[in-house]
Amino acid sequence: MHFLRRPLIPGLSILLAFLAVASLAIGPAPISPALVAKALVSDQGSASIVVREIRLPRTLLALMIGWGFGLTGAALQGLLRNPLADTTVFGAPQAAAFGAVCVLYSGLVGALSWALPVAAIAGALVSIALVVLVAGRNTTIVVLVLTGLAVGSLAGAATSLAVSLSPNPFAVTEIVFWLLGSLEDRSGVHVMLVLPFIAVASALLLAAASPLRALTLGEDTAKSLGVNVQRLRLMIVLAAAIGTGASVAVVGSIGFVGLVSPHLVRPFVGYDPARTLVPSGLAGAALLLAADCAVRLIPTGAEVKIGVLTAMLGVPFFLWVIFRRKAELAETPA
Amino acid sequence: MTHLAARSLAVSLGHKPVLGGIDLAFTPGRLTMVIGPNGAGKTTLLRALAGLVTPEKGAALLDDRPVARMSGPERARAIAYLPQGGAVAWPLSVASVVALGRLPHGEEPDSLPPLGREAVAEAIAAVGLQGFENRPATALSGGERARVLLARALATKAPVLLVDEPIAALDPRHQLRVLEVLRAYAQGGGTVVAITHDLTLAARYADEVVLMDRGAVRAHATPEEVLTRDHMAASFGVEARILNDDGRLVVVTENPLPSAS
Repeated sequence: MHFLRRPLIPGLSILLAFLAVASLAIGPAPISPALVAKALVSDQGSASIVVREIRLPRTLLALMIGWGFGLTGAALQGLLRNPLADTTVFGAPQAAAFGAVCVLYSGLVGALSWALPVAAIAGALVSIALVVLVAGRNTTIVVLVLTGLAVGSLAGAATSLAVSLSPNPFAVTEIVFWLLGSLEDRSGVHVMLVLPFIAVASALLLAAASPLRALTLGEDTAKSLGVNVQRLRLMIVLAAAIGTGASVAVVGSIGFVGLVSPHLVRPFVGYDPARTLVPSGLAGAALLLAADCAVRLIPTGAEVKIGVLTAMLGVPFFLWVIFRRKAELAETPA
Repeated sequence: MTHLAARSLAVSLGHKPVLGGIDLAFTPGRLTMVIGPNGAGKTTLLRALAGLVTPEKGAALLDDRPVARMSGPERARAIAYLPQGGAVAWPLSVASVVALGRLPHGEEPDSLPPLGREAVAEAIAAVGLQGFENRPATALSGGERARVLLARALATKAPVLLVDEPIAALDPRHQLRVLEVLRAYAQGGGTVVAITHDLTLAARYADEVVLMDRGAVRAHATPEEVLTRDHMAASFGVEARILNDDGRLVVVTENPLPSAS
């Protein structure tokens, strides 16, 4: 397999470049790749407006958020030594959405305020920390998934409560559509809103590479190899919450990218958690970008919400992983 | 020479006292085997010596410095620790798992310097797993995996080696082989402390035996002085015969004593 490892990162980078061009070209008004390039660097009239103002922010958001999801999924799977770990499974998107809805609902701030990602991060932090605390150590996958389910359901119910009590029907529609997850109609301001959070989360997660490797042999061995396991856990939980929270605040609930991405790259890079991180991030970016191109190509009246698409593809994948690893999951502690 | 010691070392887990004020000194160049009934505190002693649990009172000392106050990497370079059982979470290759033992030296498995590569190869050879380097560690038998994990601890080349039941999962041939490895490590100047339930092998390989019982050290001396009928009865609650087979001690346990709890 060694020969497959080297070209993976360049290969994924080329795929990303290809998908980025496609993302800038595809839409209600198709623009040729050549014109996309011109429109980016020089004034091409309406083409420049479409490419720079409408499609570029959406492309950048898909790249950044997909990268964040992929990286987070790989790190969480490494931390919990479990191939089913992901923020989606832990109910983090729902909890982040609840945090954001509380802020939106209060009407104190607009959708472009820093308060929104901060509230979403707080929601995600509570859910991930809760799952890791309750189920994260010396427990089985069943407990892990059940805890995530419980936390996610609670956050979902709380969000529904907030929505159903909303006095303004227009706000309800807006919140519901936002909850479904979409990259449509996002601007450069959204990009700037999420960028610092993804940067911080990435820095924290990439710094965890070597300790995650040591954790392959369990917490005691990792500690004896000089790893501060408690700090590592805090770092990853914090980074996962920051990345997920900020992403949900800007594009709504988009799940399962982080769960799927590490599985896609493992046949090429092997199971070493440190080696999985960057390729998984790139795969996450490619997945989200491809999904965002796909929702624009599906011939429906209104655009299909990307969160709906990732869930419809992600849930069968989740079930497939459980099915394939049923025997070992039954007895493997998380 | 690195001197490992426990001074008035007391450890509680939760609210339960597990070790009550232990004083021990381990000599470099010697293999010490720790024996004792289940729940005697052997594993907790080893984990405290490795700096993995914080003592309630007293300290584990490495050259008179409290292990608990050393930085993670510094401690990891000085003390290699092999926990009991030991799982490998991902199907990493044998070579990659053993290379994890080089992490305390700042060496990553995919970019080992020549010295690190040499240490890994030496460790794999010591446990007799040459030819297994590229096999996934999760696909090995229990005994093979136990040897991979021991090789991981050896690869650190730390002056102190603490191993918790390294021969529990092994067949007789590999038990002997692993004990030879531990003895050679000690003879090379290392301080080696190993927990075992095999009293006869402890008698044969240990330079010193520590007998633990209910969180305290009942005896710490040569195998001949520790492995006695009285100790077997008092600590293990068994009636035993201690035979001398051409100068080698053989411990034959016979009957559980009625008073044993």
